[in-house]
Amino acid sequence: MNDLEYTYAVARIRALEASLLTDSFVDQLVNCQSGQQCLELLSERGWGDADTGLDAAAMLKREEEKTWEVIREAAPDLTVFEVLSYTKVYHNLKAAIKEVCTEVRNEHIFYDDCSIPGTEMLSIVENKEFGRLPGKMAAAAQDAYDTLLHTRDGQLCDVIIDKAALEAIYEAGQNAEDEIIRNYAESTVAIADIKIAVRSWKTGKSLEFMKRAMAECEGISVDQLSKAALAGMDAICEYLAGTDYAGGAQALSESPSAFERWCDNRMIETIKPQKYNAFSVGPLVAYQIARENEIKTVRIILTGKQNDFPEEAIRERVREMYV
Amino acid sequence: MSQLGIVYALLGAATAVFLSGAGSALGVGIAGQAASGVMSEDPSKFAKVLIMQLLPGTQGLYGLIIGFVTLSKIGLLGGGVADVSVQTGLLILAACLPIGIVGLISGKSQGKTAAAAIGIIAKKPDQFGKAMLFPAMVETYAILALLISFLAVSAIQI
Repeated sequence: MNDLEYTYAVARIRALEASLLTDSFVDQLVNCQSGQQCLELLSERGWGDADTGLDAAAMLKREEEKTWEVIREAAPDLTVFEVLSYTKVYHNLKAAIKEVCTEVRNEHIFYDDCSIPGTEMLSIVENKEFGRLPGKMAAAAQDAYDTLLHTRDGQLCDVIIDKAALEAIYEAGQNAEDEIIRNYAESTVAIADIKIAVRSWKTGKSLEFMKRAMAECEGISVDQLSKAALAGMDAICEYLAGTDYAGGAQALSESPSAFERWCDNRMIETIKPQKYNAFSVGPLVAYQIARENEIKTVRIILTGKQNDFPEEAIRERVREMYV
Repeated sequence: MSQLGIVYALLGAATAVFLSGAGSALGVGIAGQAASGVMSEDPSKFAKVLIMQLLPGTQGLYGLIIGFVTLSKIGLLGGGVADVSVQTGLLILAACLPIGIVGLISGKSQGKTAAAAIGIIAKKPDQFGKAMLFPAMVETYAILALLISFLAVSAIQI
C-alpha cells in the first residue's frame, strides 16, 4: 500500500502519542504509596472509563480495547496488524486444546480481541475442524492435539504451538512489505529463542528439546545458541556478545528480571525510529506495541504495589517508554 | 499559422494553471488528511493545522498569476486577440513551463512536508513557528519558478 494512504492515521497517532506515558510519569507511579493511589493517578490521566472505575483489571483491559479501537478506525489496511495478534491466536489454540483434551472448562482464559476468539477456537478444536485454521496453524494444532492426547505432556503441546507461533510471526515478517513488521518479527523470534535458551539451561533441558522449541531467524543461530545453552550461562552470554543481541548478555549477567526488561526494551528500541516517520504503517504499529508495553509496565507496577514489593524491586522491572 | 501561435500561447497558460493547480490540489489534500487526523483527536489545534494545510495552496495561485499574465499578454482579456506567430507562441509556452513543472512537484512535496509538520504540532503545539518553517522552505523554489516564468512571459515581445 502507498505510504501516503497512512497520512491521516499517522497524524492521528501523533496526536495520541502526546498522551502516552512518559518515563517521568512511570516514576511517579512507582513512587506512589499504594496500588490505589496508582489507579487514581492513572484515572486522572484518562485511563479506563466511567464503567471501569478504579478496578485495575478492568482499567487495563479497557486500555487494550481503546488501542485496538483507534487502530481499527484509523488504519486503512488491518491485515498488516494481524501479525501482532498471532501470540493471542496461538494462545487461544493452546488453551482450547488443553480444555478439550482435559475436559475441564475454565473462565477467562481466552483472548477475544483477535482474529480467532476463544469460543470459535474452542468450537474448532472440539469438532477437530483444524482445516479452518489459517496456514501452518492447522498442522501445528493437529500435532499438538494428538501429542497431548497420546502423551498427556502439556509442556510438549505448548512447545509445538509456541514454535508454530514463532514460525508464523517470522514468516509474516519475511513476507511483509513494511520494514517495521520485518524488524518486529525478527526481534520477537530472536528474543523468544534467547528466553528459551536461558530457561532450558536453568531447567536442564536437552539439546533436542531446545531445537524443537526454538525457531530459526536471521540474527540467531538455533544450533549455536542451543549448544551454548547446554554449556551454561557464560556460553550463552559469550554467544550473544557476537550478535545484535549483545545487550541481552549483559542483562542476563545482572538478573533474570533485568533480562526480561531488556527483552521489552529491545523491542521499544526497534520501534523508536518510527517517532520520526511521517508516513507509512510504521508509526501505527509502533503505537500499538508502545501501548502494549506501557500497559504491561503499569500491570507490573500495580502487581508490585498490591503485593507490597519494595520500590527498588518494582523499579528494576519497569520498562522503557516509547515517548 | 498565426492561429497555431495563439494555440501554443494558450497551451502555455493552461500548462501553468493546470500543473501548478494539480500540485497544490495534491499538496493541500495530503496536508488536509494529516490535519483531519489531528483534529479527530484534538480539535483545539484547528487554526494551526489549517494554516499548515493552506501552505501548499500557493503554487496554484502562482500558476493562476502566470496564466493571467499570459492571457493578458496575448490580448485575450482585452477583447482583441494579438497576432501571435508560432515562434512567439512557443516562446510563451516555454516561459510558462517553470511554474507549471515546479508548481506540480513542489506542491506535492510541500504537502508531504506540511503533513509531517502537522505531526510536530500534534505533539508539540508550542513549536508551531519552527514547524511552519519546514514546508515554507519548499515554497522558495515555487517562488523562484514564478519569478522566472513572470520575467520570461513579460519579456516576450508581441
